[in-house]
Amino acid sequence: MSARETILGRVRAKLPKGPEGARREAVELHMAQHPRNLIPARGQGDIDHRIRVFTEMMLAVGGTVEIIDDINEVPHHVAVYLRDGNLPAVVRRGSDPLLAKLPWHRGGTLEVTEGPAVDADRASISHAFAGVAESGTIVQISGPENPTTLNFLPEAHIVVLESAALFASYEEAWSKLRNSMGEGNMPRTVNMISGPSRTADIEQTIVRPAHGPKNMHVIIVR
Amino acid sequence: MDLGAANFKDNVGKALADDKLQNAMTETGPRFIYKRTKAREALPEFDQLRDQARDIKDHVLDHLDIYLETYEAKVKATGGYVHWAETPDDARAAVLDICRKANARMVTKGKSMISEEIDLNQHLEANGITPVETDLGEYIIQLRNERPSHIIAPAVHLTRDQVEADFRRVHTHLDPKRDLTEIPALVEEARAVLRQKYLTADVGITGANFLIAETGTSIIVTNEGNGDLTQTLPKVHIVLASIEKLVPTLEDATTILRVLARSATGQDFSNYTTFSTGGRRPGDPDGPVEYHVILLDNGRTNVLGTEFQDMLRCIRCGACLNHCPVYNAVGGHAYGWVYPGPIGSVVTPALIGIENAKHLPNASTFCGRCEEVCPMRIPIPKMLRHWREKEFERHLQPTSMRWGLGLWAWMAKRPKLYRKATALAARVLANQAFGKGRLKKVPLASGWTEFRDMPAPQGKTFHQLWKERRS
Repeated sequence: MSARETILGRVRAKLPKGPEGARREAVELHMAQHPRNLIPARGQGDIDHRIRVFTEMMLAVGGTVEIIDDINEVPHHVAVYLRDGNLPAVVRRGSDPLLAKLPWHRGGTLEVTEGPAVDADRASISHAFAGVAESGTIVQISGPENPTTLNFLPEAHIVVLESAALFASYEEAWSKLRNSMGEGNMPRTVNMISGPSRTADIEQTIVRPAHGPKNMHVIIVR
Repeated sequence: MDLGAANFKDNVGKALADDKLQNAMTETGPRFIYKRTKAREALPEFDQLRDQARDIKDHVLDHLDIYLETYEAKVKATGGYVHWAETPDDARAAVLDICRKANARMVTKGKSMISEEIDLNQHLEANGITPVETDLGEYIIQLRNERPSHIIAPAVHLTRDQVEADFRRVHTHLDPKRDLTEIPALVEEARAVLRQKYLTADVGITGANFLIAETGTSIIVTNEGNGDLTQTLPKVHIVLASIEKLVPTLEDATTILRVLARSATGQDFSNYTTFSTGGRRPGDPDGPVEYHVILLDNGRTNVLGTEFQDMLRCIRCGACLNHCPVYNAVGGHAYGWVYPGPIGSVVTPALIGIENAKHLPNASTFCGRCEEVCPMRIPIPKMLRHWREKEFERHLQPTSMRWGLGLWAWMAKRPKLYRKATALAARVLANQAFGKGRLKKVPLASGWTEFRDMPAPQGKTFHQLWKERRS
């Protein structure tokens, strides 16, 4: 007998006895309905509230946030951010259409490279799939548009978050994902990111960064 | 497998005499408690979420066969591979096989308790493959050839100067005169050393905090980002998971995630929560090409349907360790195996046998704080009591304890004699105290009086008082 059969057999022998059909139905129903459990009140409210809570939470974990009204201003803000952080005026992005059509020349000498991140990259920019106010969390999905390595290899990770995608809770981000990919389907990777990389493994002392980015900068576009 | 779990008593003696360990534990213990309390206070719904988290896992355990099958089918449908492993041997063999097929010489590893449980590193090394732990705490203890002393803070038993000494000993390619007096300098050095490992590793191995049946997804939670670099850069990603990690849906995983970080580190959410489903998709410019999941049983199915089933709800947050007076006094290594603290005293006997873990069920004052803080509401003290019963049934307790209990039982069945004897003992002991109310020595109780005085009995016995008050 294979390990699979042995393990499943043991599980079945130990579980409460009941009509097999009913047990299967209960599981299938639960997965089909995927009901939401209790959602904390903290993030819930209008967009001003969500921006306020998101900003508060992101600052608390060592990230930074700026709020702009015009998406075409992003290149300028990226250039200023890199300059202020003493970083070279080079930023890596994926093929994300929203980022691709930005007027990058407004960033002055800012150079934009395309593709997944490499070790030498100092800064990257991603277009957030969603933001979650509740804990100041950015949700990224893998793919050529916003490659996963952009989230982890560079020293500074800049994220553009449109206010329409700034939700109260994770559950709303899941709804958006189900709508775009279909029930039960996931991209290869979904990254929920709440602030820059940190560790407290030596004497419980918080140090940033550990292995990932040192800075996380979120530009919220109203 | 080292079975130091049976040597708890000796280990404790050593731990209490270890000044460095005592310093480390005194410094860090209270910080965990403070952080969790703050996080809990900041979320009014916290206790309700704990109830829901418990219910989700109970539902999964009652339907575990169906959830396992569903999960497996979904992983396959997304191009991943599932390897079932009944024993640590099976799991090690499966990992080695995947590594060999990938011609792996070096593998990076995210934090995984299952890896500890199956002693994966030794097995890989014995077969010519170099495993590199990338979680900072795990990296440090790998340099020292130690086990983690805490589920989420593996190096919590060490002080900064010990880490500095280890880095100087191992990182010999760096300037011996470099300044490592501050903790950030140590972190920066580890970052630079490990960055090169991520980039050159052939296989990345991570654990899994949860497996989602609905989508065939595995979840890891880190603050460092080490797990993500580990699983994203090499061409093969291996996930080590045990069968009880299943949850039904994304929503259910989310609910438990809300209580996980708060209970563990007092964070609202960990810095990186990563959901992985299969290998590279068409058009993906990065990420692993192959995605494998090892599904380990290792005795968990023996626990299902027994009085110990609730332990399978555990999400390995470490809150029970942080709040345990015994753990905080002796540290994690005294527990002698992979899982320390109160939950370790429950899990270890289940996985390696009570005969290899005797004393562990007694490593508790039954103060109940572990159950009070457990996000999954696991009745740890109750299960420790069950293990004590098993110990007794199987004659695993020390002879002196069995004799003592036997004598007490004999007396308790003879109430007249019992009352007379206790009244006499109380009088004698009270006299011995010479009115000071304390006893420096008591026959047969040197284990107590060597370290502190015994309060002397005063006045009447409980039975006498009870009788008076009722009349």
